[in-house]
Amino acid sequence: MKIIEVKDLQKDFNGFTAVDRVSFHINRGEIFGFLGPNGAGKTTTINMLTGMARITGGRVKLMGEDYTGRPKKAQAMMGIVPDESNLYEELTGLENLIFCGALYGMDKEHRRARAARLLQQFGLEEAAERPFKAYSKGMKRKLTIAAGIIHEPEILFLDEPTTGIDVAFARQIRELIGELHRKGTTIFLTTHYIEEAERLCQRLAFIVRGKIVREGTVEELMKEAQGENIVNFTLGGDFSGAREEFARRFPGCSFKIGKTNSAVSVHSSSAIALFPLVKLFEENNLPVYEAKIVRPSLEEVFVKTTGIELQKMQEQKDRKGRKGGGTRS
Amino acid sequence: MKAWIAFSSILMKDMRSYYLKPPNISWGLIFPVAWTLMFFLRSPVPVAVRDLLPGVMALSILFGTTSMLAVTITFERKNRSFERLLLAPISLNLLMLAKTSGAVLFGVFNAFVPVLFASFMITLSEVNWFMVLGSVLLIAVTSTFLGLFIAVSVSQVFEAQTFSNFFRFPMLFLCGLFIPLSELPVFIRPLSYALPLTYGVDILKTAINGDGVIAVSLNFLMLAAFSIFLFSYSTYNVNRKWIL
Repeated sequence: MKIIEVKDLQKDFNGFTAVDRVSFHINRGEIFGFLGPNGAGKTTTINMLTGMARITGGRVKLMGEDYTGRPKKAQAMMGIVPDESNLYEELTGLENLIFCGALYGMDKEHRRARAARLLQQFGLEEAAERPFKAYSKGMKRKLTIAAGIIHEPEILFLDEPTTGIDVAFARQIRELIGELHRKGTTIFLTTHYIEEAERLCQRLAFIVRGKIVREGTVEELMKEAQGENIVNFTLGGDFSGAREEFARRFPGCSFKIGKTNSAVSVHSSSAIALFPLVKLFEENNLPVYEAKIVRPSLEEVFVKTTGIELQKMQEQKDRKGRKGGGTRS
Repeated sequence: MKAWIAFSSILMKDMRSYYLKPPNISWGLIFPVAWTLMFFLRSPVPVAVRDLLPGVMALSILFGTTSMLAVTITFERKNRSFERLLLAPISLNLLMLAKTSGAVLFGVFNAFVPVLFASFMITLSEVNWFMVLGSVLLIAVTSTFLGLFIAVSVSQVFEAQTFSNFFRFPMLFLCGLFIPLSELPVFIRPLSYALPLTYGVDILKTAINGDGVIAVSLNFLMLAAFSIFLFSYSTYNVNRKWIL
């Protein structure tokens, strides 16, 4: 069953189109991911779905019902975790959760019990009575996620949940997301971490400059890159002088030199026969120390589809995360 | 019921987080005493406490509410916790009413501190308390909504303070408190009638001393009109500026 169905969603800001007629759906119980660089339109899409931004064009259906322009009606069904923790600094962890429960009309007993349960689930019991301002960045993010699910929403929106926090906490948060998914929560996740998207999401959409450029299950997206076979060789000498001969002898392959002249990547649209290659390396006094068949990764699919270098995208985001500023895209 | 739970929780949180903090309570106590002393010290002729009471009450409300609300909302906007409220499934009107109710109660509390002090010095048996309560409530509501109007117009906490003074000081001098309305220059008088505090002070003068100059019903009507206008305009602006 489709929990969310978005058709031709568009957002213009003073003549600039931030989100350009995007269409997608999210099935009940799945984690759907939006992967894209800064400024791609990820947060703007979430804002339109959750009522923090007005929709310029298109339609939004939630559980089959059209909620376009009526976000207040839909907000009770949503849990929203923004890219920056937005709880109350002066309240304790427990008080924050209880307050968030009250915003969704939960009665006193229910919200208190649920808050205690969530603090336990998220490993924050010991910090329950500590003010939010005394929490570390990772703890803050955890509590913000807990606040997002206090009312047991139908769908949880997670905007860049691990940006700007250390590796250990990021791992814990990914585990928590996985746990929520196993318990049946439908999750809409935006991220710029390809491994995170690959590990957590059942389906993904690549979004660039406000447009969805590719969408599908992780397997479907990977299939697109499987047309190319790659073998990486580590050699015992300089390959650059032998490159032309190799290209002549193996016309179906392309030879790319890596970071050093002794690292070679062989690409071919058909299967690569290793023995003739190794033999020619040996004949050229280039002993083969390592030969590694490269399986296509989601990263390659992303780079190939969008032309965006992931490393740069992540570095840019991490810098912003470390500065403490949220990233809006 | 669900809306009421959200409303009361926002109100209680604000009371605890902002209004019931010791510095604010002490402000509520010190402010009227300071104003009263100022009137006594500065006046060349002996001043009666009864004559001072309406003005001190009105100023206690005005100064207590406008900047408090403007600062707290701007602060919550800045650290993005206000976004959490906007994402809650409650109407914008109810949300803004919940956010302003704390300031209104704080204003009412501030108004009755000078009354408490005065009760030790003069007899207040002839005061029309029903009218006092109505006017205090309406002055608090109008001043709070003025604070809301300011909060929606600025983005930084320090701007909220500065912008509050832009409204408060003209009101202070033109509301008929220092200079009776009839003695104001003719060309300034229309400005005085364009300020909500003028009507609030006049009701209090009528209720406490019987020397108001504007019809009580008109005063109440004008305060109600100012409240509705400021609230509607502010919520319209929240919707327009904060929901992109």
